Amino acid sequence: MNSTLERILVPLGAVAVSLLLFALFVALAGYPPLDVFALLYKGGFGSSFSWNNSLQRAAPLILTGLAVAIPARAGLVIIGGEGAMVLGGLAAAIVGVWGPVHIPLVAQIIMLLSGALVGAIWIGLCGWMRHARGINETISSLLMAYIGIALLNHFVEGPLKDPNSLNKPSTPPIPDANMLGLTPGFDVHMGLLIGVVVALIAWAVLRFTTLGFALKVVGGNPRAAQLAGLRVGRWIIGACAAGGAAAGLSGAVEVAAVHGAANASLISGYGNAGILIAFMARHNPLAIIPVAVLIGGIGAAGGMLQRRLDMPDATVIVLQGMAFIAILASEAVMGSPWRRIAQRLWGIEPATTPVAPAPVTVLAKSSTLEAA
Amino acid sequence: MSAAAESLGWLGVPLAVFAGAIRVSTPFMLVSLGECITEKSGRINLGLEGILVMGAMAAYAASLKTGSPWFGLWAAAGVGAAFGLLHGLLCSLKRVNDIAIGIALMLFGTGLAFFLGKSYIQPKAPNLPSIPLGFWTDNPQLANALNVNPLFPAGVLLAFFLHWAFRNTSWGLKVRIVGDSADAALALGYKIIPVRIVATMCGGVLAGLGGAFLSLYYPGSWNEALSSGQGIIAVALVIFARWQPLRCVGAALLFGGAGALGPALQAAGVSSGYHLFNAAPYVLTLLILIASCSPTRSLQGAPGELSLTRS
Amino acid sequence: MAGQKFDRRNFLKIAAASGALAAVSQSALAQGKPLVVGFIYVGARDDFGYNQAHAQAAAVIKKMPGIKVIEEEKVAETVAVQKTMEAMIEQDGASLIFATSFGYFDPHVLKVAAKYPKVFFAHCGGMWTEGKHPKNVGSFFGYIDECQYLSGMIAASVSKTKKGGFIAAKPIPQVLRNINAFTMGAQSVDPAFTTHVIFTGDWSLPVKEAEASNSLVDQGADVLTCHVDGPKVVVETAEKRGVFTTGYHASQAKLAPKGYLTGAEWDWVAPYKTLVEAVKSGKQPPNFLRGGLKEGFVKMSPYGPAVPAKAKTAADTVKAKMVKGEFVIFKGPIKDNKGATVVAAGVSQGQQDPVLEGMNYLVAGVVGSI
Repeated sequence: MNSTLERILVPLGAVAVSLLLFALFVALAGYPPLDVFALLYKGGFGSSFSWNNSLQRAAPLILTGLAVAIPARAGLVIIGGEGAMVLGGLAAAIVGVWGPVHIPLVAQIIMLLSGALVGAIWIGLCGWMRHARGINETISSLLMAYIGIALLNHFVEGPLKDPNSLNKPSTPPIPDANMLGLTPGFDVHMGLLIGVVVALIAWAVLRFTTLGFALKVVGGNPRAAQLAGLRVGRWIIGACAAGGAAAGLSGAVEVAAVHGAANASLISGYGNAGILIAFMARHNPLAIIPVAVLIGGIGAAGGMLQRRLDMPDATVIVLQGMAFIAILASEAVMGSPWRRIAQRLWGIEPATTPVAPAPVTVLAKSSTLEAA
Repeated sequence: MSAAAESLGWLGVPLAVFAGAIRVSTPFMLVSLGECITEKSGRINLGLEGILVMGAMAAYAASLKTGSPWFGLWAAAGVGAAFGLLHGLLCSLKRVNDIAIGIALMLFGTGLAFFLGKSYIQPKAPNLPSIPLGFWTDNPQLANALNVNPLFPAGVLLAFFLHWAFRNTSWGLKVRIVGDSADAALALGYKIIPVRIVATMCGGVLAGLGGAFLSLYYPGSWNEALSSGQGIIAVALVIFARWQPLRCVGAALLFGGAGALGPALQAAGVSSGYHLFNAAPYVLTLLILIASCSPTRSLQGAPGELSLTRS
Repeated sequence: MAGQKFDRRNFLKIAAASGALAAVSQSALAQGKPLVVGFIYVGARDDFGYNQAHAQAAAVIKKMPGIKVIEEEKVAETVAVQKTMEAMIEQDGASLIFATSFGYFDPHVLKVAAKYPKVFFAHCGGMWTEGKHPKNVGSFFGYIDECQYLSGMIAASVSKTKKGGFIAAKPIPQVLRNINAFTMGAQSVDPAFTTHVIFTGDWSLPVKEAEASNSLVDQGADVLTCHVDGPKVVVETAEKRGVFTTGYHASQAKLAPKGYLTGAEWDWVAPYKTLVEAVKSGKQPPNFLRGGLKEGFVKMSPYGPAVPAKAKTAADTVKAKMVKGEFVIFKGPIKDNKGATVVAAGVSQGQQDPVLEGMNYLVAGVVGSI
């Protein structure tokens, strides 16, 4: 319990610290910090409209965050989710426009599945290159992202272009009846519900099944995994494919719920934002949801800062950067010193397990050594 | 056709690739050499993209205010060192992950540069001069291609120096040992954290200079779209170059040359499928990786402490 | 996958929800409150190019009495722009919104417009069509190809190699129309003039734009122009290489004191004022608003020092005709660069002709393909 509380309170404290730094920053830049805070709250979370605004901006980020977090469980750093996302969107548009089925529900499922499939193949290839050729997955996924974006541009401006799309080269539109609707109870498209459900499933699978455990072993110590009889290669490819599927799915949702066609607007940076979110959530699928909402809220509030105080768009990027740095740095104060203080004050027993458990195994190595 | 300036036709393509390799490669080269130093010490700094953008803005602003592009270089180096120090210090905290801090710095640096750089988009700041290495030729295109910015030869020399220094100086040895095995470094009595912080600062300085090259030489002005991912690609190129400074130069030249292919082919009249030509640097890099890597060989030269390449 | 569970509830289209959310405009106006006008830009509003041209006109609107201007920059063509428009309406009481990027139109503006029928959405560049699009949406644009034609005339009159270079972002109708107009203007002076085109692939890629400029100069082009978001890089590179340029979006004369010939500039104040005044007085604003040199939607940069007097006179004569509405750029016969006839002899496509807004060819004399 104590540890859970700490894992919530420390990041919140970090956000508070970053807000103080941000206040200093805006004051130096000549803006009134208190007004800025009032507007940040109002724009992000101050009304039901603001909540819907923040949630809508958060929705696509949950899936692209998972695209980074799932492979990270197996010790893989995938930074090319953007490519899988746009190709997933392209695939969804292709089956949505030219697919044989036009019963809305079936067509929607096929679109989402094709998006996920193409995303899975795209990042799965990075897993395969890692396994079969020993190519670092970070660099291959980055290169594949650029290639994926070039392919999307090529197809929507070339062979798949709808002549009626004029100045916004796009595939033909998918039928209106096959578009996804709203998440029940919210003024937010279906992507929110899909994202939350997929995050919950990912969390449950990684937490409670042997699948999750095996992935952790592969990520923690591939040699031990091999000795234990795990086929490391399959797990690596599988983890990449699962992450890619999440990214591809998010692209499919963009097409089926927002754009109604594939075009360059799919290249929106959601895939890149997913990297930030996954690392901020320490690759915990459950934590990805609130982190995505926080980032979405800062985005929504940024609009308000622009409209009311004439601040540039970059203001909120600075805030996000500060919050991110503070949350990451707060990792350092977790654990022993707090425990000891708590123990002295309230007689709480220190936990025997280490505080920062498995998720970020990749990272553990250098930091433990530095601690020594 | 008039004779005032001869058209090169198809010959223009290899010339453009050659010229592009020199012009476009410099930021890739500087940033990847910097990252090479950082990674050799056992840390990875993905934040170089943010430092590059911040360096570009600072250099342009300083050049504009002082009237001297050389001050711009100093400003970029200073900003790079400061960000490198920040990364180095934060990553020295317990349990703080270098990859994640790098991503945070990428965001922070970019945001800060955009915020502070608003008023520098429109004015024209003095640019860095170039060395006319093409003085011997009457061909204006070739002469222009051989107009080389001093940062390019400086980068190449630095690569040779690093290649030598990593093997032959006590400083190089120290960085390599700290990067390869913290246990061994401790046993030898080396202070791990200071070495890594200094190595990260060196990386930051070079990334800042890479940014200064963009804003003060090629293309030679500051705007928010200036970097199209040069900083992050350069980090990938270090892995591609297997942590060897000389290979970093090769990788940067390859990447710069391949990037010039698309525009050059179009200038010669081939423009259909241009998005695919423009993806050439990425495809080429990936193909070379596939051809040259094998599960056993790929991590040769990888610093043992590097979180990214842990096998 | 999880899809099955929730897709079953495929909900009603957003249009159904529209009626309930009333807009604020009329009641606010009745109480003498200022008219709130929102401007949305896809890039930074000080990009020294496309977005800045809009922001500068917005600054003029800001000074009009009884008007409150709110702005947001760098708004992506995703749900972000939908939420930005809604927030401007819900949180700031906007009753007129200028969505200044082409990509905002379909589906974003159309979707939000259905939800807020009392707010007017003015979109830059779109093709508003009677019966197809709602009445509270309008599109405005400027016939900047007139300026490109004149730029082409000037370019050909100073070019020695008779080769121009055109750095363009994407092969879309608006861009093709500019390339073609530039080329036809140049050919009206010298029929041997050719335009070499390089597409960079996106609206703002400084390094690629610089590479493209250098490649074109290496291929013998001695006058460059462009259609990208920020022309600064192209103009500066041209000056460094000692070749001429004609500008775009705004005047870049200061960046190239020697080589800057003239340029095609936007002047969005005229259409903005028309729309703002219509909404303010409670009239139905025009749904399809277009204008060129005559209406003052576009203008030319002052001629640079390198332009000979004869060329000025020739261009000014054509310009005078354009201002009177007597000049047609796309007058048949016109052949494309593959040899096919695209505008038959005797056919005259005036500026208003909607066919021009779907242009999908490069005229003869343009080197490049789409």
